[in-house]
Amino acid sequence: MSNRTVKTIIMVIAVYIVLFILIKFSIINPYWHQILCYAGIMAIQALGLNLIYGYTGQFSLGQAAFYGIGAYLSAYISKTIHTTNPLILILGIIAGAILSGIVALLIGLPILRLRSDYLGIATLGFGIIMKIIFDNADAVIPSLGGSRGMTGIPRLTNFTWVFTVFVLAVLVIRNLINSSIGRALVSIREDEIAAEAVGIDTTKYKTLGFVIGCIYAGVAGALYAHLYSFLHPANFDFLKSIDVMLIIVLGGLGSISGTIITAIAWAFLLEGLRVVLPEAILDWRLVIYPLILIIIMLVRPRGIFGGMEFKFLKSD
Amino acid sequence: MTYLLQQLINGLQLGFVYALIALGYTMVYGIVRLINFAHGDIFMIGAYFGFYLLGRFKLPFPLSILGAMLGTAILGITIERVAYKPLRTAPRIAALITAMGVSLFLEYFSSLKFVFGPNYLAYPRPFPIVNYNFGGLTISNIQVIVFGVAILLMLGLHFFVIKTKTGMAMRAVSFDKETAQLMGIDINRIISITFGIGSGLAGAGGVLYGIAYPQINPFMGIMPGLKAFVAAVLGGIGIIPGAMLGAVIMGVVEVLTAAFLSSTLRDAVAFAILIIVLLIKPTGILGKEATEKV
Repeated sequence: MSNRTVKTIIMVIAVYIVLFILIKFSIINPYWHQILCYAGIMAIQALGLNLIYGYTGQFSLGQAAFYGIGAYLSAYISKTIHTTNPLILILGIIAGAILSGIVALLIGLPILRLRSDYLGIATLGFGIIMKIIFDNADAVIPSLGGSRGMTGIPRLTNFTWVFTVFVLAVLVIRNLINSSIGRALVSIREDEIAAEAVGIDTTKYKTLGFVIGCIYAGVAGALYAHLYSFLHPANFDFLKSIDVMLIIVLGGLGSISGTIITAIAWAFLLEGLRVVLPEAILDWRLVIYPLILIIIMLVRPRGIFGGMEFKFLKSD
Repeated sequence: MTYLLQQLINGLQLGFVYALIALGYTMVYGIVRLINFAHGDIFMIGAYFGFYLLGRFKLPFPLSILGAMLGTAILGITIERVAYKPLRTAPRIAALITAMGVSLFLEYFSSLKFVFGPNYLAYPRPFPIVNYNFGGLTISNIQVIVFGVAILLMLGLHFFVIKTKTGMAMRAVSFDKETAQLMGIDINRIISITFGIGSGLAGAGGVLYGIAYPQINPFMGIMPGLKAFVAAVLGGIGIIPGAMLGAVIMGVVEVLTAAFLSSTLRDAVAFAILIIVLLIKPTGILGKEATEKV
């Protein structure tokens, strides 16, 4: 282990311990604990989309569909087995990951032939179809609740779970990006024809990037389902896909650090505005948010952090 | 059989409203290659302008629809100037995200109590409904007006784009921006005009939607906006007749699905068709195959 790796590990453990103590002694109250978990979940999801769009350059607007698949499958498992044993969450996460991965493969193989905007529209269409399936899922499996929403999911997600999965997610994506696979993905983003000309199997790598990115969404969905113990199809509509897209564009495409910081800042900004704004202008929360968004894009069209990366996330 | 024909007419009514929105999408995309996500919300604001002009100011219907078109045209031009113009040289995704921001802003700003308010409003009826009967088929005067206004506007647009000098400049800019500029075309003016016309058409669509499906709220533009965009892609984005064709197909398919299969599936079928068409012919029904230069 190099010196830097040791330093990074110590830092990660220190961050965990500090936050854990803050939560344990209620300095971070349960409400903000939940927001913190949500921020981590958004970060995981955003890392997945960053792999698809930021690194591979495949414009996908259907991320919420895979998020929903992971959420509903894992919720169905823990609700059916009917246990509050936290280990069921691991099973849920793995199952959610596998199913999102399979669906992503089946969808990705045909539609990844499309380029830029057309791919975006096709994935958007897929997302809307999935939302309609969630809306009507109770016709086949009543416990999924359909448009009435799914209740009675055990609240198993807490800071430790989210943090562990998050660290694993960052580790996997960092190593992936710095491997030959990562270089193949980036070469597809830069110039697909040139990548093909130097012998990169573009279909294979595009699909691989897409599937891994969607698995991230599925994992994030499984954590999300067990955070609020309530699922509704509206949580997985196309606006949710756009939220993730916003995060990665604001954070700077192809930057792990930017994605993480922006995802966390985004979750806290949306909730923070709720606390900071006085009662009288609370309605303005969702007016101010898009204004901030527009201003950031006008001032920093390449994202807040551009392509900046923390040292420990870079390759040697 | 009569039922099928009746549903076809209802589908055409919806399709013509979609067409008015889709034209704006396709024109804007053709010229600046931007998916203007805020376009559906301009449609919504057009419906509200019509609501106030008809309901509060008691203006006659033709004046109301012209007023709504003028209002949305100004709004569209303003949005382009403020939000999209500075990003013309930035990466395309930046403008797309800004368009989403504008869309959210219009929706939530309209929801504020002192603007339009978050609730559903019943649309005023400018005239009593009259139903005409043709051998079992019922056509209401509202349908006649929707068809009439939509066809009139589309013919007007077609004439404008084909016959006038500005229309020719628009086609030139959409074909090749740099060369058009070298030929002395004022790009900024053309882009503004395009946004103005597109937004005005969406505004007219909003008023027609309001009188045909008389309930409006600040989020009513999301789904019609998306579907109109899908229609534009279906017909071949950037191609004006393609947008009309795609929109009519979308409207008819949606109404027929609701009538013969299930109303919960109406949106799913529309988007399933989109994916299938994209896979078979990514450039859309009327789109020309572009060969890739290496």
